[in-house]
Amino acid sequence: MTEAAALLVERDFAVPDIRCAGCIAKLEQGLVRDRRIAAARVNFTEKRVHISCTLDAETPELIGAFSLLGFEAHPIGDGPAEVDGGASDSRALLRAVAVAGFAMMNIMLLSVSVWSGASGATRDLFHWLSAAIALPTVAYAGRSFFRSAWRAVRHGRTNMDVPISIGVLIATALSLYETATHGPHAYFDGVVMLLFFLLCGRWLDSVMRDRARGGVTALLRNMGTGAMVVGADETSRWVDATALEPGMVMLVAAGERLAADGVVAGGASRIDLSLLTGESAPREARLGDPVHAGTLNIEAPIRVRVTAAGADTAIADIARLMGEAAQGKSRYVRIADRAARYYAPAVHTLALLAFAGWMVAGAGWHHSLLIAVAVLIITCPCALGLAVPAAQIVAAGTLMRVGVLVKDGSALERLADVDRAMIDKTGTLTLGRPVATNLDEADATVRALLLALARASRHPLSEALTRDLTAAGVTPLAVEAIRETPGFGVEAEWEGRRVTLGRPAQPTTDSALATQLAIDGAPALTVRFADALRPDAADTIAALRQADVAPSILSGDRAAAVAPVARSLGLTAQTGMSPQDKLAAIARQTAAGHRVLMIGDGLNDGPALAAGHASIAPGSASDAGKNAADCIFLGDRLMPVVQAIRVARRTQAIVRQNFALAIGYNIIAVPLAFMGYVTPLVAAIAMSGSSLIVVGNALRLKGAAR
Amino acid sequence: MNGLLVLIPVALGLGLIGLAAFFWSLRGGQFDDLDGAALRIFVEDEEEDAR
Repeated sequence: MTEAAALLVERDFAVPDIRCAGCIAKLEQGLVRDRRIAAARVNFTEKRVHISCTLDAETPELIGAFSLLGFEAHPIGDGPAEVDGGASDSRALLRAVAVAGFAMMNIMLLSVSVWSGASGATRDLFHWLSAAIALPTVAYAGRSFFRSAWRAVRHGRTNMDVPISIGVLIATALSLYETATHGPHAYFDGVVMLLFFLLCGRWLDSVMRDRARGGVTALLRNMGTGAMVVGADETSRWVDATALEPGMVMLVAAGERLAADGVVAGGASRIDLSLLTGESAPREARLGDPVHAGTLNIEAPIRVRVTAAGADTAIADIARLMGEAAQGKSRYVRIADRAARYYAPAVHTLALLAFAGWMVAGAGWHHSLLIAVAVLIITCPCALGLAVPAAQIVAAGTLMRVGVLVKDGSALERLADVDRAMIDKTGTLTLGRPVATNLDEADATVRALLLALARASRHPLSEALTRDLTAAGVTPLAVEAIRETPGFGVEAEWEGRRVTLGRPAQPTTDSALATQLAIDGAPALTVRFADALRPDAADTIAALRQADVAPSILSGDRAAAVAPVARSLGLTAQTGMSPQDKLAAIARQTAAGHRVLMIGDGLNDGPALAAGHASIAPGSASDAGKNAADCIFLGDRLMPVVQAIRVARRTQAIVRQNFALAIGYNIIAVPLAFMGYVTPLVAAIAMSGSSLIVVGNALRLKGAAR
Repeated sequence: MNGLLVLIPVALGLGLIGLAAFFWSLRGGQFDDLDGAALRIFVEDEEEDAR
């Protein structure tokens, strides 16, 4: 056993379909039956499965083990390092919250006795005990604030952390002095409470980012892909995408995505380019034709000689454009930081004024400093620090329930500003997958036969048929001796007759996809496929207009293919656009003062998604699209896009209310502090009171998506 | 006054135990999969002889 254990490797798989306790049991108990898998552990929150397997277990075999159990699994390549980095970040914050919470409770316990009248030696003892708890806590829990404040100050800027750090440090130092000189007031409780509330806000922010990132990782499909490579002696082995080299020959089955650029070296098929260029009609690929990484082989198995892999592929060009486009977005300043720009100098001026004022009035430096510290503590942006993250995490939770993943808080802020929507056609307004258009012509027997044959095949058209027919409630007929011939189709025996589902006998006149059901060689039905509009596309466009967002189409497809969609939705469209053209279109709108929401799915939309003021991609999008977008919506309906905009606007309204509450609280509290009425007791009540109000207000967002 | 000498260390000690327990559970991965933990109660353990 120990010998075997030494040879195990750990691998992670994203399994988006884990939905219930049954799935957990099925996966964990089913996977270990496989000889190669020693242990499996499901992480339901992140929709991942962590397995320990033997060294000789190849990726396709492991994916096969998942599909035997009825789950689709995607290997997660080198991603975990980055993901775990984020998770450990919020874990460190959680530890700091725990320490601050523990310290706060114990210091409060001691403070309450001081407030209720402890005096003399007892008070001093309690103050010393508080100091003993507070000093290490400030040093441990305050680190992230001090570090960020120091970074800002060193670059001559200021942020929310600067007043926090100064307030915390001065208040701690003064309290220590008070304790040493047997003074009546020490602010240790206020300092630690401040840290606790602020850390809560920061932790919420971090958890939100992690959760969305977990969801996105689970959706990434193409990460860690590879190809079956055929050697000189006709043996085939699985090679990871990163290890592919020019000259290798890949065997690409129907329904597989290409892992590298190349030329067709054997066979002929049709290639779906929609993710790369936005074209909805598949393109013929014959011997010697160039084909690109990321495109989908939809008809027959082909051999492809690799010409470029990894960073040299056509995709890499788009990735470079995306990197440049994303730089513009990083200049966006979050609302809390914008507020801090005005808030921080105001707080410092107030505290300084209080100190100077009392000095002039002849109160002596000790008394004046005490009042200045009271002003600093009372104005410290406690509620302000919670105002934004509390609202945003509630909103993100609400959106997750309607199927929208929001990547971070700034995405919600930007989404609330948009007034233009530029929408890609293929895969965004449309479903981006073939849907059978003429199933109504078929009678019940033909439909049942179709389903019986189609469900035996993994071919994209068969899968489309299976999905549509199952959804229509068709029960398949019993057929025997099912056999699939790659490049031709499926055949079987039905009541002694030979039934086939495959390529139509005569090629269809247009480039539309079609498949034919034949009984004893006589054609029974030719099923045509087309890329259909999303079911609620028209409603969504109307709702967008109602929300004062002007929509238009930005498509890489031919004008002839875009026109029917544009006409039926009443939209203006720009067609035949390259990724650069899309970028330019967005830049023009931005220059005209509009905030553009980009909605798209393809690789070719990647740069535009990165450049838009905000961006949304469907869950079926290319990995590049999903990585570049701020939000991802799941499912076939387009309406979540509008819901996301609505919730984002509601969130922004709540955030502004929270700011107003925090400022209103300051208007009342600051004069009191100025006059010297703010004892540690008053500060504690004011701080916790305002924080609770802000959090309560944020919770109103729970039902905002309805 | 004498009571304080006993009670304060007790109060602090209990708090510290809580804090230590929290850190221990955090390190043990009990907070890694909160939604899954809620569902695992429904998972029936596999029979011993199935192995």
